Amino acid sequence: MHSRCRSADDTPQEAAFRAEARAWISANAPKELEAELSQPTVGRIALKNKDILVESKKWQKKKAEAGWACLHWPKEYGGRGASPIERVIWQQEEGIYGKLEGVFLIGQGMCGPTVMAFGNEADKAKYLPKLASGEHIWCQLFSEPSAGSDVAGLRTRAEKKGDDWIINGQKVWTTGAHFSDYGIVITRTDPTQPKHKGLTMFFLDMKTRGVEVKPIKQANGQSEFNEVYFTDVKIPDSQRLGAVNDGWNVSLTTLMNERMSIGARQSTGFPELFAFCSNLMLEDGLAIDDKNVRSKLANWAVKASGLKYTSYRAISALSRGERPGPENSIGKLVAGTMLQDIATFALDLQGAAGVLSDADSVAAAGQFQSILLRSPSDRIAGGTDEILRNIIAERVLGLPGDIRVDKDIPFNAIPTKGR
Amino acid sequence: MNFDFSDDQKQLRDEARRFLAEHCPPKAIRAVLEGQQPYDRALWKGLAEMGFLGVAIPERFGGAGAGYLELCVIAEEMGRALAPVPFASTIYLAAEAIMLAGSDAQKAKWLPAIASGAAIGTLALFEGAGNPAHKTIKVSGSQGAISGTKAPVADGAIADFAIVAARTASTGRESDIGLFLVDLSGDGVQRRTLTNIDQSHNQAEIIFDRCKAEPLGAASEGWSILTRVLDRAAVLTAFEQLGGSDRALEMGRDYALDRIAFGRQIGSFQAVKHLLADMYVSATLARSNCYYGAWALSTNAAELPEAAATARISATQAFQHCAKNNIQVHGGMGFTWEFDCHLYYRRANALALSLGR
Ligand SMILES: Cc1cc2nc3c(=O)[nH]c(=O)nc-3n(C[C@H](O)[C@H](O)[C@H](O)COP(=O)(O)OP(=O)(O)OC[C@H]3O[C@@H](n4cnc5c(N)ncnc54)[C@H](O)[C@@H]3O)c2cc1C
Repeated sequence: MHSRCRSADDTPQEAAFRAEARAWISANAPKELEAELSQPTVGRIALKNKDILVESKKWQKKKAEAGWACLHWPKEYGGRGASPIERVIWQQEEGIYGKLEGVFLIGQGMCGPTVMAFGNEADKAKYLPKLASGEHIWCQLFSEPSAGSDVAGLRTRAEKKGDDWIINGQKVWTTGAHFSDYGIVITRTDPTQPKHKGLTMFFLDMKTRGVEVKPIKQANGQSEFNEVYFTDVKIPDSQRLGAVNDGWNVSLTTLMNERMSIGARQSTGFPELFAFCSNLMLEDGLAIDDKNVRSKLANWAVKASGLKYTSYRAISALSRGERPGPENSIGKLVAGTMLQDIATFALDLQGAAGVLSDADSVAAAGQFQSILLRSPSDRIAGGTDEILRNIIAERVLGLPGDIRVDKDIPFNAIPTKGR
Repeated sequence: MNFDFSDDQKQLRDEARRFLAEHCPPKAIRAVLEGQQPYDRALWKGLAEMGFLGVAIPERFGGAGAGYLELCVIAEEMGRALAPVPFASTIYLAAEAIMLAGSDAQKAKWLPAIASGAAIGTLALFEGAGNPAHKTIKVSGSQGAISGTKAPVADGAIADFAIVAARTASTGRESDIGLFLVDLSGDGVQRRTLTNIDQSHNQAEIIFDRCKAEPLGAASEGWSILTRVLDRAAVLTAFEQLGGSDRALEMGRDYALDRIAFGRQIGSFQAVKHLLADMYVSATLARSNCYYGAWALSTNAAELPEAAATARISATQAFQHCAKNNIQVHGGMGFTWEFDCHLYYRRANALALSLGR
């Protein structure tokens, strides 16, 4: 068993790749952002005097020009054809600068692979390299007001008119739609069929006439996701991804690829909590010297470590040529709750001052207060805890599927309100 | 990256699993639990014949000299099968202490005997409630003799020899503690079996009365040897716990598929599914941490103490979690003596405490 947790475990080939990556990063990384990016971050990062979007695009473009963007994508689409291990090595070396990839993750991690699998050759050649280089940002238009966990219950309609499709309806919670250039959208094309059968997937230019994006103010006060309205949006049939009424299978490819983003480590909040407890003075001394604090830290340390080595096992399976399976759902499931619990605990340690989030007046500059307000979304976005448990129970443990009363009836005969 | 066992090691696992499935069915565990014999002698002999006892013992001392990864693989299977034999005390603790600190003569005497199944060993460390610390050890050792009481001693009533942690000075330092190797068949040894929550393993009190004892390792280094032995044993015990977790999860899953209530398999109820999904999550985290521990153990990495603690805590949590929820999934059936759930519940809680807190 090799651990490869450190560069010391590299094979000569891997070591050469690492050295090359390291040299390039040290010569090219945006060092002026180093101080800010080195701050622990959970969730969105913001830069004080610079636009994160501009800086992210700059770094991505530089990487693309030198062949370091979308490492695992084929060369002709702007990637490097790298192995899973090389990708991990790159991520280790890129370190804090990898945080600048956040705005591209949905596009490169989910939309790109879907276009790669279902797009026509001309579109692939046209769009994928610009997605890889960060010139274009893509979003994923799946969820709707009445179709979240049950995304196959979506109502946005697409109707064929000659060689075009006309789309009407509404999406919601679309991350980054306000700065996205393109999006993949799943629509209903046949409401007389059972709900999984009448769906079709497309991609579209977000500037197409009739597409309206309205940012939503989130529970934590920020605005990263949006409502997106479609009013008679006309797109050519050539922008269809996959067969008509086969959109559900296409979307499964998108969701499978979400799991491929293995190396994209999930924040647990543990390193932040550990640093915090090492500095926080309590009545009887440093928090970290307190027995109860230590025992809580130990519990979380063990979980964080379990997640880390679970991802190593997944990477090992990848490098043996196995596909990442549903067992990778545990990362988000464990990390989401942990983040929330850790934030609650960190506030608790601060006593009455734990309520304050004013960066200048509280320990850790209000970091845990902001994690607390943000963390509920980690247990919802990309599949709720409950849905992830279903996936583990059904697809890993082989337990029966949930009872689906709407499974075999035409979509337009399904009731729409609980009461 | 290869963060997994090799094909050869997986083959060894299959072999051990097959062997244990045949020679260690639940009724063998129950025979020990219900007091028909103090441990499964036939199984112990079989394990020796299969070469499992000496798998990590060097060839020149009668073992297979295969290494720790192989021992981890076997430990997992022993845990899965709840093997009612003194494997942990003999192999993880006694043999490890001798390999780490024994003289050539001690190794030559005891290691081949362990590998062949002729000698059962144990570590006598605990002295009642609380976590043992170098300051709390009372059993005294001087001039080749020890006196005092140790309890609980795992497999203490059936062991042929014990490694005993004893006080040799009272300066308040770790160097006060020395390790001694004691042949338990000699004079000055009184043993008494103690009842415990997992009677499929023996627990005993041993009273030493000026009993003859030879030092194991340098007199002042007992505590540091002990720490190293416990780190290693923590990884191996974690693998046993992992095997137990997986089996308890499997039992729960299988039952959830078989049992019908309200006209449906209970495994189709989401509350039950989620219970099982959470068992899977804790078992998976534990497995990943155990692999990290196995790596640290087999490479004698500087991270071993940390990796061992991580594996051990994680596996303790997983086994306790899986064992208790396995009973829950089984309902009333799960709380009967006849059903095997409690065997896992007992073992999970006994193993949780087996190396101290
Ligand atoms: C920050 C953030 C970013 C997002 N970004 C995007 C994006 O970019 N693109 C996009 O398409 N979507 C996005 N989403 C939407 C996200 O995928 C959905 O919010 C999520 O799938 C849950 O759907 P819902 O909000 O409709 O909740 P619902 O599905 O209504 O769920 C409500 C509750 O019911 C539970 N529930 C539902 N079904 C079951 C079931 N079968 N068994 C047990 N419990 C069940 C849920 O677990 C939850 O607790 C984002 C969401 C968030 C919070």
